[in-house]
Amino acid sequence: MKILLTVTLFLLSLKTIGQTDSSFIKRTAADTSKLKMNMDAVYNRPFLTMGKFPVAVGGYVEANSSYFGTDGVTDGLSFQIPRLTIFLSSSIKKRIKFLSEIEFEEGGKEIGIEFASMDIELHPLLNLRGGVIMNPIGAFNQNHDGPKWEFIERPFSATTIIPATWSNVGFGLFGKYAVNNFVWAYEAYLTNGFDDKIISNPQNRTWLPASKENPERFDESFNGVPLVTTKTALRHRKIGEIGVSWMGGVYNQFRVDGIVVDKQRRVDLFAIDLNTTIPKAKTYINGEWVWAMVDVPDNYTKEYGSKLRGGFLDIVQPILKRKILGWENSTLNLAFRTEYVDYNVGKFTETETNIADHIFAVVPGISFRPSALTVIRFNYRYHWQTDLLGNPAARTAGIQFGFSTYF
Amino acid sequence: MKKFTLVILAGALTLITACQKLMPPAPKDEDVLAGTIPGLTPEQEKEHLVGDANFGKIFTKEDGLGPIFVQTSCANCHIGNGKGHPSTGLTRFANVNGTIIDNLLNKGGPQLQQHAILGYLPETLPTEANVFSKRIAPAVMGLGYIAALDDQSILNNADPNDLNGDGISGRPNYVNPTNFFIPQPIHIPYNNQYIGRFGKKAEKITIQDQVVFALKQDIGITSDFDTQDLFNYQSGVNTGDGVADPEVSSNFVYGLVFYMRTLKAPARRNINNDDVVAGENLFAKIGCTSCHIPSFTTAQSDISALSNKTFHPYSDFLLHDMGQLLDDSYPEGSANGFEWRTPPLWGLGLAKDSQGGQMFLLHDGRAKTFDEVISFHGGEAASRRTAFNALSQTEKNQLFKFLESL
Repeated sequence: MKILLTVTLFLLSLKTIGQTDSSFIKRTAADTSKLKMNMDAVYNRPFLTMGKFPVAVGGYVEANSSYFGTDGVTDGLSFQIPRLTIFLSSSIKKRIKFLSEIEFEEGGKEIGIEFASMDIELHPLLNLRGGVIMNPIGAFNQNHDGPKWEFIERPFSATTIIPATWSNVGFGLFGKYAVNNFVWAYEAYLTNGFDDKIISNPQNRTWLPASKENPERFDESFNGVPLVTTKTALRHRKIGEIGVSWMGGVYNQFRVDGIVVDKQRRVDLFAIDLNTTIPKAKTYINGEWVWAMVDVPDNYTKEYGSKLRGGFLDIVQPILKRKILGWENSTLNLAFRTEYVDYNVGKFTETETNIADHIFAVVPGISFRPSALTVIRFNYRYHWQTDLLGNPAARTAGIQFGFSTYF
Repeated sequence: MKKFTLVILAGALTLITACQKLMPPAPKDEDVLAGTIPGLTPEQEKEHLVGDANFGKIFTKEDGLGPIFVQTSCANCHIGNGKGHPSTGLTRFANVNGTIIDNLLNKGGPQLQQHAILGYLPETLPTEANVFSKRIAPAVMGLGYIAALDDQSILNNADPNDLNGDGISGRPNYVNPTNFFIPQPIHIPYNNQYIGRFGKKAEKITIQDQVVFALKQDIGITSDFDTQDLFNYQSGVNTGDGVADPEVSSNFVYGLVFYMRTLKAPARRNINNDDVVAGENLFAKIGCTSCHIPSFTTAQSDISALSNKTFHPYSDFLLHDMGQLLDDSYPEGSANGFEWRTPPLWGLGLAKDSQGGQMFLLHDGRAKTFDEVISFHGGEAASRRTAFNALSQTEKNQLFKFLESL
């Protein structure tokens, strides 16, 4: 941990030098080519290169304040720094590159390697990737940098059904093929996967993020069965992108010391994502929906659902694009998110009534971008959370203000 | 630029001042079951919150859950402190042969734990069991008032031989105390037994008895007061969850007890409504109040907010013969299968808000309407059912309005 902190502080100090000595450090702008897809998000970031130093450095930080209340009860105003992320990338040799992403969450409470992989390009259609990779399930998990979003909170479905950021050790292939206005891409990886915490956790529901608390998943598989993640996406330069992905594996320890102690219990996620920009209005629409199927033992309590589903839809409308407060090409956006998650799809056998345990939320917001790399956001969030039985929903609302910026 | 800055500042100022307006309002106190009894000190409120956290704690196998269990948390059965749902119900079983009652303790009795931690075999009913009692969880609010009641107040309404000739013959359930029971001035022993006042058949003397029992039998959690963990006899004696016992301390149990002692009593709604008032009069007129006694006054309590307080449970905490339709053949303490403690009616109007929008009433949730509930009243209560049936539909509706106001 100390080494990690030392390296991070060193890198941050380099960035500080770079801001005062522009001849030493140069910014490599993010590639804004229309060919870029969600799968390219990991490289589609601004980096700073330092002289002949072979490593480029980048990162982003998010900070915000929030005032939330539930059914008339509020804990008042609080301030958060949800994440500080450092990127390091290096072109080791032509068509061989390495990129890592280290994230400090909640002021250093959690420090994790989100991405650390080497990519070897054999052909544009055939690249090898190995290391800590972000499983390409949905779009948000791959394309989650704070400065890219107009909303302070990450979507429920992308963080509590898909446990973004969900990354694991593994290997795989990816590739892209472009023809005329179309780009087609695929990814396929084998990685370590989930563990049985997903149905044995203090969240009182099937909770895939619970597996993230097991640091040993970066060291060994929980059960020796790889998690398979595949995604294919199609992008039209003028229309947008649609992606379809699947991630599946076994989450329980079914064999111990060679003795079979349980059946293999699967967890499977299927996601569909899309984004588009309406040409004239420049309205940006981005959405994702995920279904999760978990083989929960029949005799388990009803709280732990075997089917989950949820998604979000973001609409961002630029309303002003000009010099604002002295910043050239600034943008002022109106934004709106609606999202829904159902953690337990099914019926109670005893009463034949629906199991609830769902959340519906709406989030109107305003964002101001003095540059493409920085966003200042104001969100108002209102959500209705219904318990397992479907009793009157708990209503939560909150105001959030914050920023996120690459540096 | 100045104009833009001003707009932003004005907007920010408006939002700051509107912060509270943008928040969802609190529901009326009378519409929720959560909350503390009035008059607690700030320190007691804090203690209540500690217990509240214990009540909501979700146990996992790492905490000692199970290895067999009914639920993973107190709050999962008593959602919002209210009545339970059939999906979180439990089953008690025994072998009863004439007057010989075998709770089948060596076969997993007295309660079925139909769930198990991953990789462990859940329990099934033993073939020797011949009586079964399905139960849904009761509401837990207002228990502190009941606990602060002295035994004499309960005995005052007992009339086991129906000497007053009203057709009602309530009697207390005298039960053996647990080894951790410490008698208080409110308790009156009888042949080394004490009056039970908690549980469907008044089989528990104190809230602590109920808490320790439920922690173990419902969640599979051992405590300082009961260190023997559950196991599935079909898997083998003392096969278990691998967590050292006791799995929670006495402090944890005390926290839970304090929480339940200091939960408020449900507040009534629409008490001045004409139909509600008429319904209340009818409730008394047809004799419901013979068992569902509206008011009691507590004795002196260590929690001063509970001392000498009049409360309105609509119960007598006595056992009554409820007839064949409600006979589960399952005895507890001195209670027979057909005998049930008069359930407090307070909070009845909010039952559906903790049961998923629909009421599941009676001990096993079989009744979905007040009408149905009354139709199951037999035994000593048959005469009251007959009196209810004689009411006009308007009068019945008024009675229902009254019950909804509780």
